Amino acid sequence: MHSFVNKPGDPITRSLVGMAACYPDLLRVHFNPDFVQRAQPGRAGKVAVISGSGSGHEPLPTGYVGLGMLDAACPGPIFTSPTPDQLLAATHAVEQGAGVVYIVKNYAGAVFNSDICVEELSREDICVRKVLVHDDVAIPEKANRRGLGAAPLVMRIAGAAAEEGRSLEQVVAVSERAAENARSMGFATNIETLPRSLHALPLDDHTIELGVGIHGEPGVEQQVDGIIEIVQRLMQPIVDDLPYRSRDRVVLLVSGLGGTPPLELFLFFQHIHEFLQERGILVERCLVGNYLTSLGRGGCTVTLLRLDAELLGLWDAPVHTPTLHW
Amino acid sequence: MAQEITLGQLRNWLILYADRIIAEEEQLTRLDTAIGDADHGVNMRRGMEKVRERLLDPENHYADVGTLFRSVAMTLISAVGGAAGPLYGTFFLRAATSPNSGSRVDLSQFTRMLRFGLDGLQQRGKAYVDDKTMVDAIQPAVEAMEAALASQQSWAVALAAAKQAARLGMEHTIEIRANKGRASYLGDRSIGHQDPGATSAYLLFETAVAALSTSAPLKVNGQEPAAASPRSVPTQAGKQKNTD
Repeated sequence: MHSFVNKPGDPITRSLVGMAACYPDLLRVHFNPDFVQRAQPGRAGKVAVISGSGSGHEPLPTGYVGLGMLDAACPGPIFTSPTPDQLLAATHAVEQGAGVVYIVKNYAGAVFNSDICVEELSREDICVRKVLVHDDVAIPEKANRRGLGAAPLVMRIAGAAAEEGRSLEQVVAVSERAAENARSMGFATNIETLPRSLHALPLDDHTIELGVGIHGEPGVEQQVDGIIEIVQRLMQPIVDDLPYRSRDRVVLLVSGLGGTPPLELFLFFQHIHEFLQERGILVERCLVGNYLTSLGRGGCTVTLLRLDAELLGLWDAPVHTPTLHW
Repeated sequence: MAQEITLGQLRNWLILYADRIIAEEEQLTRLDTAIGDADHGVNMRRGMEKVRERLLDPENHYADVGTLFRSVAMTLISAVGGAAGPLYGTFFLRAATSPNSGSRVDLSQFTRMLRFGLDGLQQRGKAYVDDKTMVDAIQPAVEAMEAALASQQSWAVALAAAKQAARLGMEHTIEIRANKGRASYLGDRSIGHQDPGATSAYLLFETAVAALSTSAPLKVNGQEPAAASPRSVPTQAGKQKNTD
């Protein structure tokens, strides 16, 4: 048996039911339209933080619903952004009159669908602000960059700021600062495992796709090399882009795409960590695991978030979601 | 007096379009597999099945063209998802706001509706000709309609010109590099592939020729409109069997 999934579209509903059953104290699932919200609503007067995403990237976005992160999350079909009726229903369910922040990964569908909601809600005097996540340095043109691993990091910062009782403007400002200080890049090994994915051609044993997104697509180029070279080719563009300098303090996220075992992720992490140490970049916090996936694709994305004292404080504030909790 | 088409013909056009999209699901997905994320066919089919269902439901009455287009728009926005849903949705939503919401439209009004739709689409998507998107099929088609209108051509001539322009625009997407959408992430690797969005947009004009060219309405009474157009989408310049 290759997969528990028989056809695309089919698994999402049942997966949400499973999630709600697993985390009854954290999550409530609503169907038609589909969204997930906190079991314990946020404090009255709190800015609401919401994110939508195609399915297939779990734990993003539903695994980040909870105290200190999202108030609600909307899962779309596999690799397809949710529709406005989902976002509108989620917004109505969790907004408290203090305004709403949408954390939006920079993909055309996600942007257009949330724009439609922002326009619609402004007619109801609900103020929604969009924070765009576009951290993928594999795309040269900045405005066109995809949202990758910065998405959960920005959700964390936005959620912590909202939890502190900050105003909508303040939550947006600090979330945008986090987004501006984050850079990512990914690579993929083998192809994915689900029936929907007819995507990239199989790779031979020595080749990776460098600069991939999280939708099973080919990368911007193929690379044939060992792990040291892969780390170099992945990390140098990230570090050069912001740039991250010696003495900069960062959160380092190494997220598997879903098909690479934790053992290999830590192996990879060790090389990345060394790469950063050699350049004097201070890794203050790290996450290694499946935080933003591409179904069962092999490979990973690496994200750096440059910290200042305020961002670090928000990062360390209490969080209680299925995926992050401290 | 200018020749007019009826609300019923427009409805038939949209049903015919739905049938073509449903029939071409696999082909649209194949195109999207090469340079996107392999879901254009499945997403468009999901949306157009809903549109078809609504248009064929005898309970639904459309008072005027604006109401008809608005209904199609809202169905697409809530059923398609991804980028195509809001883009096609915005196209029909803005077309619906064109000031001609009677139960019949002449060529000038219809052309203006398409222009409104295109403007809305571009405001939403920020895409221009040669970005390798649906705009590459729709804009030349709308311009061809406007040119035909200016030289006082018939519906049939105008729609044939629009279809031809849309086809050329669609085929031109093979040669260019994508600047918008997921195909743009591939950089030069996007060259050599036809854009799936331009392809589904071309079908709008292909089906318009069949449904709107003649004042004798195409027979679509809740069934069989697909049979009127069994051809498959041409995917490469010079390779299609059915040139007009």
